Amino acid sequence: MPYERVLMQNVGVPNSTSLQVYKAAGGYQGLVKAFGMKPGEVVDLVRQSNLRGRGGAGFPAGVKWGFLPIDREITYLCVNADESEPPTFCNRITIEHDPHMLLEGILIAGYATGSTVAYIYMRGEFMEQFHVLQKALDEAYQAGYFGKNILGSGYDLECYIHRGAGAYVCGEETGLIESLEGKRGQPRIKPPFPAIEGAFHKPTVVNNVETLACLPHILTRGLDWWLSLGTEASKGPKMYCISGPVNRPGCYEAPLGITVRELIYGDDFGGGMRDGKKVKGVFPGGLSVGVLRGDIFPKPPDGQVDPAKGYDELDCILDFDDPRHYGLLGLGTAAAVVIPEDVDIRDVLLNVTRFYSHESCGQCTQCREGTNWIYRIARRIQSGAGRSYDLDLIAELTENMGMMPGLSICGLPDGAVYPIRTLVQKFRAEFERHIAAQTPDAVAKTIKAINPAAYELPIQEGRALAHVGGSMQEIGDRL
Amino acid sequence: MSWETIDRTTVAEEKLGPGLSAAAREKIRTFFPRYPSKRAAMLPALHIAQDEIGYCSLRAMRDIAELLEVPPSAVMDVVTFYTQFWTHPRGKKVITVCRSLSCELMGGKEVLAALKEKLGIDEHQTTPDGKYSLVTEECLASCDHGPCMQINEKTHKCVRVEDLDRILSDPDNDKISMPRSDIFDAPQKT
Ligand SMILES: Cc1cc2nc3c(=O)[nH]c(=O)nc-3n(C[C@H](O)[C@H](O)[C@H](O)COP(=O)(O)O)c2cc1C
Ligand code: SF4
Ligand code: FES
Repeated sequence: MPYERVLMQNVGVPNSTSLQVYKAAGGYQGLVKAFGMKPGEVVDLVRQSNLRGRGGAGFPAGVKWGFLPIDREITYLCVNADESEPPTFCNRITIEHDPHMLLEGILIAGYATGSTVAYIYMRGEFMEQFHVLQKALDEAYQAGYFGKNILGSGYDLECYIHRGAGAYVCGEETGLIESLEGKRGQPRIKPPFPAIEGAFHKPTVVNNVETLACLPHILTRGLDWWLSLGTEASKGPKMYCISGPVNRPGCYEAPLGITVRELIYGDDFGGGMRDGKKVKGVFPGGLSVGVLRGDIFPKPPDGQVDPAKGYDELDCILDFDDPRHYGLLGLGTAAAVVIPEDVDIRDVLLNVTRFYSHESCGQCTQCREGTNWIYRIARRIQSGAGRSYDLDLIAELTENMGMMPGLSICGLPDGAVYPIRTLVQKFRAEFERHIAAQTPDAVAKTIKAINPAAYELPIQEGRALAHVGGSMQEIGDRL
Repeated sequence: MSWETIDRTTVAEEKLGPGLSAAAREKIRTFFPRYPSKRAAMLPALHIAQDEIGYCSLRAMRDIAELLEVPPSAVMDVVTFYTQFWTHPRGKKVITVCRSLSCELMGGKEVLAALKEKLGIDEHQTTPDGKYSLVTEECLASCDHGPCMQINEKTHKCVRVEDLDRILSDPDNDKISMPRSDIFDAPQKT
């Protein structure tokens, strides 16, 4: 049975961004329903629905709202529209095609949490999307959906769009709050969590665009409908993104729980690989969750999942739990990018490591230095001057970064560790092959190409090495 | 950029660049009621300043500091953190090419190389006629249309190398065809 689109019901409808079209399709009925309930009842409903955050961490929204102190006076709602995780673009689709669904979600979340002001933190690169959303917001204000005494309910909510200026780390909830306050977007040490002390030192709720866009549907269609979709612990619909060299790149909605193979090859989804190529690997949920092996690897003979063995892993189910069995971080943003068979895995490693090294905000030493160090190693490997112990070095470095070993303020280095570690582990054979095929003087050649002066100066090879790639030398050696 | 130390008490007048117009200051003030603190109007203020002057000049930073009642160093602190703010003049149109994985797999590298050759500049440079500046950015969230690039406000999708001549010669290649909101724009100069 084909699945009925809900979150994307208005995508492709002419004039879908206008209030009129949205209302004609039953828009803002969820809000009316919410106003008929007490705020606490809405929170309970969302808690029962087990709506898990779509922003990456998968934390249940109802539980998060429950952390707000009972005796609070002011609450802020921050909407995370900073979508910068490559290759995620589902929030963009929502904002571009159905901004009123987001606004209705904001109103419901605001009402449930007793927020008085909602800030939509939108990444600075969203230009067209900003104009669309601002227009929708103006329209909603005019129709009395924002401002004072909304629809005669006595509830007041102001909503503003706050534009960022290009920084991935501002998607992290406390980085977002810092940026909103007019500072560098450097995440804060937690606790206190934003629910206790967030924006302007007041209790704050931070939710992703898609999380909020689910709310109207939970209210109008009811809990039973919601709980009938998805897998055991992951309920509801999800907007899956697929990009890279597939036939139909784009965003497709499905109940949580499709497999990566379906997402790539399904006729309703990616529609197969371009030019009939095979899949070397796929990042199934944004870069930060890590990589899965593609179908150039043999299928596991016994059907057992074991990421240590080199088998095809495309049967991974994209819900909040299954990716963990494959050594991944989780569902992430459920945005897949496919690496075709003919791409050099060293280029992929270089691209991924550069991203994190560029986006680290620089507060924590191991994140700032670690991401950069791995990037330099990746550059060395990619330029044909790799050494096989570089792979072990990367593996070791990834053990010593991130929130999980308790070494950093935010989750960015964890997001860096998973793709880098899984790339090196799962494609080690290919890296080794490239390294074995290097000519003996590759190192010297590369150094010479990058820094000709290195050979004209009377320095030993070791020092030149330290110059180009690396930090491999003992400190004494580098002086 | 190499390190440059600026002592704002002794910096030469001409290095300060232009300051904010009275209208721009007024516009920045309209953001104050949105937030409980004046400082929170920092990013909107910088967007407006950058739109008016073309970049965030030292004098504009000083003006903003005065408006928001923070030290000038706090403004510079913010300007240098975000990749979209420029501390020196830029071309009339800024071309931002996505360099993240999806776009790279779809040929983003070739597009960037061709652009560099056509414009005769490298990344972070501006053409001598001041028309274009070229930068790269991580994922622009249009990965389904890779490789993509932005020219000021306009996102160009599925760009192929052979499209570049057509795109570059189009005088309206940075205009979007939709109702715009001018909230974050510089006030209209009349
Ligand atoms: C480095 C980093 C970047 C993040 N970027 C985003 C982002 O762009 N968009 C987003 O919604 N959440 C992002 N998150 C997750 C947020 O911290 C937070 O979990 C989320 O906004 C919570 O909303 P949700 O519960 O509705 O998912 C990021 C987290 C980290 C650690
Ligand atoms: S972990 Fe990295 S990105 Fe996060 S706060 Fe520390 S330095 Fe910044
Ligand atoms: S990877 Fe280029 S837009 Fe996302």
